[in-house]
Amino acid sequence: MDRQTLLAELPRLRRYARALVGERCAADDLVQDTLERAWARFGQWRADGDLRPWLFAIMHNLRMDQLRKPRLDLVPIDDDVPELPVRANQSDRIEVADLAAALAQLPEEQRAVLLLVTLEEMRYADVASTLGIAVGTVMSRLSRGREHLRQILAGEAPSPQLRVVR
Amino acid sequence: MNSSPVTDADLHAFLDGELPPERHRAVEVWLAAHPDGARRLESFREQQRALRRMFAPVLDEPLPEALIQASRSPIAAPRARPRRPWLQLVAAVLMTCTGVAGGWIARGQQDAVGMAAVVPLPRQAAVAHVVFSPDVKRPVEIRAEHEEQLITWLSKRLGTAVRPPRLTAQGFELIGGRLLPGNTGPVAQFMYHDASGQRLTLYVSTENASNRDTAFRFAQEGPVNVFYWIDGKFGYALSAGIPKDTLAGIATAVYEQLESR
Repeated sequence: MDRQTLLAELPRLRRYARALVGERCAADDLVQDTLERAWARFGQWRADGDLRPWLFAIMHNLRMDQLRKPRLDLVPIDDDVPELPVRANQSDRIEVADLAAALAQLPEEQRAVLLLVTLEEMRYADVASTLGIAVGTVMSRLSRGREHLRQILAGEAPSPQLRVVR
Repeated sequence: MNSSPVTDADLHAFLDGELPPERHRAVEVWLAAHPDGARRLESFREQQRALRRMFAPVLDEPLPEALIQASRSPIAAPRARPRRPWLQLVAAVLMTCTGVAGGWIARGQQDAVGMAAVVPLPRQAAVAHVVFSPDVKRPVEIRAEHEEQLITWLSKRLGTAVRPPRLTAQGFELIGGRLLPGNTGPVAQFMYHDASGQRLTLYVSTENASNRDTAFRFAQEGPVNVFYWIDGKFGYALSAGIPKDTLAGIATAVYEQLESR
């Protein structure tokens, strides 16, 4: 593990964190914590192993710690300040804002699996080892996550609160 | 096995390329005969495309300096003491992005070692200027096109009405503004530029507890000239890499506009 290889992983770590956490600064803080822990546990990394799954696993564990701890309240920012990268495209059938809000409504465990499969294009087996769960659990969370997201976007499920202050 | 009914799990595995080749073909055949199933698969595929599209721009964003720093081995490169103290402040400002994540307070305290606990106004302003004004893609959080939104948002976060002065007569147009962490809470930064692209920032803090007004004061922080003054609870600092005389003229205009409100 050296600086260059870590740097090369940064864009993907940031993308996943952004999609998982939603808010840019909080997501980057998670990435920063991940890098710090990676250096602290550098000795545990097997040089022949892949760096990426190891980093994602570290990030997952940190995120779990974060969710267990009480946190400072986020200030809900209204006035339609876009917090997610928005690429305006009229032909998109799913609107970016709707998708972001729908994604935020998924339970974290479903969101994590869905994002690792979708954004990272990880194999189910790799998702399982990254998150420390069984492959069967990956599949059921993925299936529920996708269905849940589809329902929210189709307006089938009651959507509780669009802006959730967590 | 190939004749077994196609389940939802099969559809997902099909989409993700996780099925063995034979089963994959069997699902293809099944889809051709089951339009409902095909539509369902298509909705998941569309969802997948939309998610990838939505987050793809993150991959192209410039990396935050704090993360580049954190990629550096703490063993191989013990944090060098910067020769210019404002660089250290830049790092501190970047680190305390929002304070949402749990660890930041502890980190901030560590970083405070060797650094004054309360950063003086002109220095805060100069650091904020140095950090954000060179940013080409995202110099501000809310652009001037949405000025009302900017004013509403910053006023709400600062807990008091703030409004960017007009500096058109001085040759500067508003680009927009952003919220920043000050010594104890939020502060605002408005950014302007002139026709040549020269950028100027006005830093507005509401953290002044002493309530003692001051006259204009001048400070030089590295390449940045700063005029600052205190007016009631407000502290203002105008920063730019332009000559002192020119900056003084603009500072006077800002002051007059704020006074006349």
